[in-house]
Amino acid sequence: MLPLIIQRIVATIPVMGVVALTVFALLHLTPGDPAEIIAGDYATPQDVAKIRAALGLDKPLLTQAGIWMSHVLRGDLGTSIYSGLPVTTLIAQRIGPTVALTVLALVISVALAVPLGVWAAWRQGSWIDRAIMVFSVSGFSMPVFWLGFLLVWVFSIRLGALPVQGYQPLADGPWQFLRHLILPAATLSLIYMALIARMTRASMLSVLGEDYVRTAFAKGLSPRSVLLGHALKAASLPVVTIIGVGFALLIGGAVVTESVFALPGIGRLTVDAIVRRDYPVIQGVILIISGVYVLLNLFIDILYVFLDPRIRY
Amino acid sequence: MTAMPRRTFLAGAAAATAAAAVAPYVHAQKKGGTLKFVPHADLKILDPVWTTAYITRNHGYMIYDMLFAPDASIHMQPQMVDKFTASADKRKWSFTLRDGLKWHDGQPVTAEDCVLSIKRFAARDAVGQLMAKSLGKLAPVDKKTFVLELETPFGLVLECLGKGSASPCVMMPARVASTDPNEQIKDYTGSGPFKFVKDEWQPGNKVVYVANKDYVPRKETPSGGAGAKLVYVDRVEWRYIPDQATAAAALEAGEVDFWENPPVDFVPRLEKNAGLTVFATDPKGNLGTIRPNSLHPPFNNKKARQALLYMTSQQDYLQAVIGNPKYGKPCPSIFICGGPFETAAGAPKQDLEKAKQLLKESGYDGKPIVILDPTDSPFAHAPALVTAENLKKIGANVDIQAMDWSTMVARRAKKEPPAQGGWNIFHTWTTAFDIVNPAVNAFINSSGEKAWFGWPSSETMEKLRTEWVREPDQAKQKKLAEQIQLLAYDEVPHVSWGQFIAPSAFRKNVKGVLEFGATILWNIQV
Repeated sequence: MLPLIIQRIVATIPVMGVVALTVFALLHLTPGDPAEIIAGDYATPQDVAKIRAALGLDKPLLTQAGIWMSHVLRGDLGTSIYSGLPVTTLIAQRIGPTVALTVLALVISVALAVPLGVWAAWRQGSWIDRAIMVFSVSGFSMPVFWLGFLLVWVFSIRLGALPVQGYQPLADGPWQFLRHLILPAATLSLIYMALIARMTRASMLSVLGEDYVRTAFAKGLSPRSVLLGHALKAASLPVVTIIGVGFALLIGGAVVTESVFALPGIGRLTVDAIVRRDYPVIQGVILIISGVYVLLNLFIDILYVFLDPRIRY
Repeated sequence: MTAMPRRTFLAGAAAATAAAAVAPYVHAQKKGGTLKFVPHADLKILDPVWTTAYITRNHGYMIYDMLFAPDASIHMQPQMVDKFTASADKRKWSFTLRDGLKWHDGQPVTAEDCVLSIKRFAARDAVGQLMAKSLGKLAPVDKKTFVLELETPFGLVLECLGKGSASPCVMMPARVASTDPNEQIKDYTGSGPFKFVKDEWQPGNKVVYVANKDYVPRKETPSGGAGAKLVYVDRVEWRYIPDQATAAAALEAGEVDFWENPPVDFVPRLEKNAGLTVFATDPKGNLGTIRPNSLHPPFNNKKARQALLYMTSQQDYLQAVIGNPKYGKPCPSIFICGGPFETAAGAPKQDLEKAKQLLKESGYDGKPIVILDPTDSPFAHAPALVTAENLKKIGANVDIQAMDWSTMVARRAKKEPPAQGGWNIFHTWTTAFDIVNPAVNAFINSSGEKAWFGWPSSETMEKLRTEWVREPDQAKQKKLAEQIQLLAYDEVPHVSWGQFIAPSAFRKNVKGVLEFGATILWNIQV
């Protein structure tokens, strides 16, 4: 197993390199000039040129790419063109809310969607199955921002039960921390929940038709024991896969959710940087997100071995 | 189309002001607490001399102080200065600082600090650069006094030192003020009423200020940026909330106290909330502008620019962009209505037939007119759509190109022809402070390639502007401003699409908000 992990980690390096260069090229091909934005409305072309030179944006693109890559290899993601703060500091400031939001959304999604999917499969064709699938399709179709505002209107404005926006770190107390995350996590998890519930149902339906499941029932095992102890384990591979693949969905959703709930996370950092063409921040954040995505998929691959001992790499 | 008479606009502004029930100077003092403020933008740059961004200007007002400052009527009043003298020809000035001025690190403010701060400001700011051209000597005399001597006449010394908007002439310690003007400062020590808490600054989320307990306010009643800067709260937190619906909900739920710039379409909802006050902190507001590119056809021809002027009805634009007549009004003055140089001289009425004729006479060949349309900016996107429709009405072909604001900012700097990545028209707006006189009004700068984007060229205009800048007598300045406006309506370097107010909203517990062209947060109690 260890050689596999090492081999896969080493394989992520060229992947990250390609991601880094692609992001760099795409960004610099996008119209927009941070020097113009910084200089403001009344700057002369000379002022803009001075700012461009100070930021190193007057150098040839390949030179800029080379400088950036050499810094990245030394662990330096650069500094924000605007605030002058290191990109690593900005990411460190913002990683907490995003990790808290995505982990909570993941926990809510898996904790609710897997049982719903199993239940729907077990009651296939019944009104329960249809209700769960209607919920699932609706959840998948509902825009995240719309759902966010709806929840704010009901739980914050009408009922006054939960805060509209903002983030409180765990250090300020677990209740305050959770209060600020419940609505964003519920918003973000819905689409993910719908995806997992549908996949769990489909996978369970295929397993429930297997001979060994029929045998288990014939042996007199309880439905709970058959469903959770036998069928779910066999049906879990596609579910785990979709959880991993869906992580990208979660990150995309986090961008919108963080904006709606004013959470100071990585998603908002990225959007703000894109709007201002803060190249080092965009490049740094996308590199980190890509790295996390690659490592998460590695983790899922390793999980396969534990879920299905027949799998060998 | 509903008429929007000036009376309605003024009544609206006055009503909003009265509804606020805020006496500028609050005697029943309630001290302490935290003011939670939602700014109009995220604070990314901390050097108010280096950038003209309004958010950085507002940050400057929090932590820095100025030698002079505009009051609510935009008249310059001494602020850090105690006494000042000027020779009869206004060429020799002497300024003495008042007692008790200290930097946030406890060191006294000296004349040398101020001299270096003025020099750095004058190296970057447009009006500062004009003063620098006339400057002979600027030097400290002793710890508290410095002199300023002009080689050539310059009638705006106090206006320059008390410049209210981007960039204001803020004072910094000598070690900071000696930073290259083309580099950002890294030390944020000011002498203003609040101190910046750098450790709590999270770009994109939060900016924190604490009261400067050592600040010695002036004795005069607060008025605009001038007078006593009284700090009642212990702490001010700027909470950047990018989504407007979320900001509105947070204000209504009491999670924040003060929202600087709610969009006008949110205002009716906020006005209905008994717990909130909607208040025009800047009753003069902003002027919207249509900017043609004078370098390329058809707008390199005066007649085509005049066609643009005659096709425009400010009421149509205001209806499309602002909607609520309480917050927008037509304004014939290029120096904004309500300002010291307001005049209606030369302002024409909409005449589509004449516009058609003028466009024809300009030799317009039917090539598409490229309009830059930043769809993420309501004050630029909506007028772009109206202009496109108007141009079609007078027989022009239009190519309206959608983009985001950042792309537009880069694109408008391109001098190439429209077919090669350039442009013909873009839309923008500016606050009263930045157009209130011929020196600061960048739209009428007609120095050709050196002028603001659009690059109009008129030697007569530049001559008149120079005369205005050198003229120390205000009555003569007013006459010159009128001549400049007449010329502007002939040359048409830009077309105004209307004057509008961006109101603020705050909770009823917030008292003492001052009227001013920039948002200032002293004098406030929570």
